[in-house]
Amino acid sequence: MGEVKLMKGNEALAEAAIRAGVDAYFGYPITPQSEVIEYLSREATKRTGMLVLQAESEVAAINMIYGAAGCGKKAMTTSSSPGISLMQEGLSYIASAELPCLLANINRGGPGLGTIQPAQGDYFQTTKGGGHGDYHLLVLAPYNVQEMADFVKLGFDLAFKYRNPVMILADGALGQMMEKVELPPQLPRENKEYPWATTGKPKNGERRIITSLHIQPEKMEEINLRLQRKYKQMEAEEVRYQTKNLEDAEYVFTAFGLVSRIALKAMDIGRQKGYKIGWIRPITLYPFPKKIYAEIAPKVKGILDIEMNAGQMVEDVMLSVQGKTRVEFYGRMGGVVPTPDEILENFEKMFIKGE
Amino acid sequence: MAKVVGEVIIDIERCKGCELCIQACPEQTLALGKAINHKGYQYVVKVNDNCTGCVNCAIICPDAVITVYRKSLKPKQEVAV
Amino acid sequence: MAGEVLDVVAEDIVRPENLVYRRPSALLDVDMHYCPGCGHSTVHKIFMEVVEEMGIQHDIIGVAPVGCSVFAYNYMDIDMQQAAHGRACAVATGIKRMLPDKFVFTYQGDGDLAAIGGNETLHAANRGENFLVIFINNAIYGMTSGQMAPTTIDGMVTTTSPYGRDPKTMGYPLKFGDLIAPLPGVAYVTRQAVNTVQNVRRAKKALQRALEYQKQGLGFCLVEIVSNCPSNWKMTPVESNKYVQNVLIPFYPLGDIKVPEVKK
Repeated sequence: MGEVKLMKGNEALAEAAIRAGVDAYFGYPITPQSEVIEYLSREATKRTGMLVLQAESEVAAINMIYGAAGCGKKAMTTSSSPGISLMQEGLSYIASAELPCLLANINRGGPGLGTIQPAQGDYFQTTKGGGHGDYHLLVLAPYNVQEMADFVKLGFDLAFKYRNPVMILADGALGQMMEKVELPPQLPRENKEYPWATTGKPKNGERRIITSLHIQPEKMEEINLRLQRKYKQMEAEEVRYQTKNLEDAEYVFTAFGLVSRIALKAMDIGRQKGYKIGWIRPITLYPFPKKIYAEIAPKVKGILDIEMNAGQMVEDVMLSVQGKTRVEFYGRMGGVVPTPDEILENFEKMFIKGE
Repeated sequence: MAKVVGEVIIDIERCKGCELCIQACPEQTLALGKAINHKGYQYVVKVNDNCTGCVNCAIICPDAVITVYRKSLKPKQEVAV
Repeated sequence: MAGEVLDVVAEDIVRPENLVYRRPSALLDVDMHYCPGCGHSTVHKIFMEVVEEMGIQHDIIGVAPVGCSVFAYNYMDIDMQQAAHGRACAVATGIKRMLPDKFVFTYQGDGDLAAIGGNETLHAANRGENFLVIFINNAIYGMTSGQMAPTTIDGMVTTTSPYGRDPKTMGYPLKFGDLIAPLPGVAYVTRQAVNTVQNVRRAKKALQRALEYQKQGLGFCLVEIVSNCPSNWKMTPVESNKYVQNVLIPFYPLGDIKVPEVKK
């Protein structure tokens, strides 16, 4: 067993970045995730020589990542909702230029400056593209501090496998809360050479160009088709989710991230009351685990989707079940976290009392 | 005194006829020709043999279409020729 | 007659040993898309001459953001990254910090560097990022066909200042080099032009000096080049270079604005 520590989610993520052998962090402070850049500023450079640079803005940070990733380096940033909005332009370029990098959004309540409390209102922005053009991030949704740490290395592995930006979508509570975490082993910084990376034109080879500009429509369509093939491959190979009690389930609670834990508790209370409730938690929000919903839909009386937003993932759930079962939504917004009791109460209102 | 003679080779297909070289040439060796290249530009041509190989035309040419050669001729050598 | 030169034929002159100017090998053997007489092409050419002469073609990475020069990577035979509009200095920061032993440069127009990318440029300069910024100032937006730039001078007509730039409502022309020169992270700021043979020679020297300073790790270097835009100024190339000389250079005087202190 590796080293076990009691850590905040933000700190666990930062520590995991050092241990994953990340080359560079570029970021800009924003609540509720400033612990990441603070922790890295304190620890990273002296331990692995990792670069930690406080940029002048999120706009600059994401473009520094573009430059560093274009050299084949492991570069990352973290931010929270308003800051992630500022990075959307850069992300669109990174996705189009097919550069690997890792981001984490410690989602806070919006829209606008909103609140610094936890929320999941950035689901659409994160899973549907976010910036301009047809592209996707590969999105991982941790539900505890352990996964805040584990998804750093996983995120980079996936980013480099697909040459695509990967986003960890967490929330203010996951960033701030402390839990026991088993830390991964320290990996060396790799210093690998990639044939696409701009590190100086090879003496015996063609120059490398990192670009998202293709003026010829046919060429640009070809790039789009290549991206879409990549997303199809992600859908085939990278879908991750977790389930409980689906075997005898008549109802399913589904949620991602922090809320999935609350939904799990609500399921337990419901089961004690005699309701046969199962549970699905998507771990990859993109690619979305459509199949498991499609499979369970004909077998259950209904699915309750719970989120800290006005109903975003529920659209993907509905698309997945294709009308084969009833899908209802319960959500809180603006930084309010739903309780297990209120979830169950609303479940009873929607599914039991109406029956 | 040695005399310096020069020669310019113009990549006429890549010339855009901007005429900057014509202005830069101290010997009035270059002028815009009447013929056009495949891009539809009138291109620059040599109109006399006064070129000294000073490279002014090549330095000002934005599209790097001019190659310049220069030879220094000493009187003795010339007799030998 | 003593000293009389005999006729020499071209074949005697056009020999490898007599070659005094050729297209730089680091400039790819392709047509450039720039308009006839455009200063961009000239700067590409002389910069690739510098790269070739310094022998650093395999040790340099360039950044070309949005503007007419967004296609610079089609002409420069070196590794390059194309960046979002205004973000070149952030991208270059990422590259240089990862590859401190390589030469890194950005190639930016006035809108890119001084308007949309003002913040990135300013902060890269203030951090003393050890790379070169080549700043083409032609006082207009070329690629989008002739709108007002931050460097458009007082009274100059563009498609978005059709009655001439009025500083009262449109702001004053921005001298970005002068703005950043006092910053301690900035090593070298110079303003050059490519409108005459002599100016082209000087601009080339300035570019070479900037790369030498980068090699010495002295910090941020900005080589501004006052250039032309014949198409959008609606002038012939020859007229446009005269306009650079007679109108722009008096407002944007050429020469070094800041040079590194000589180490003793």
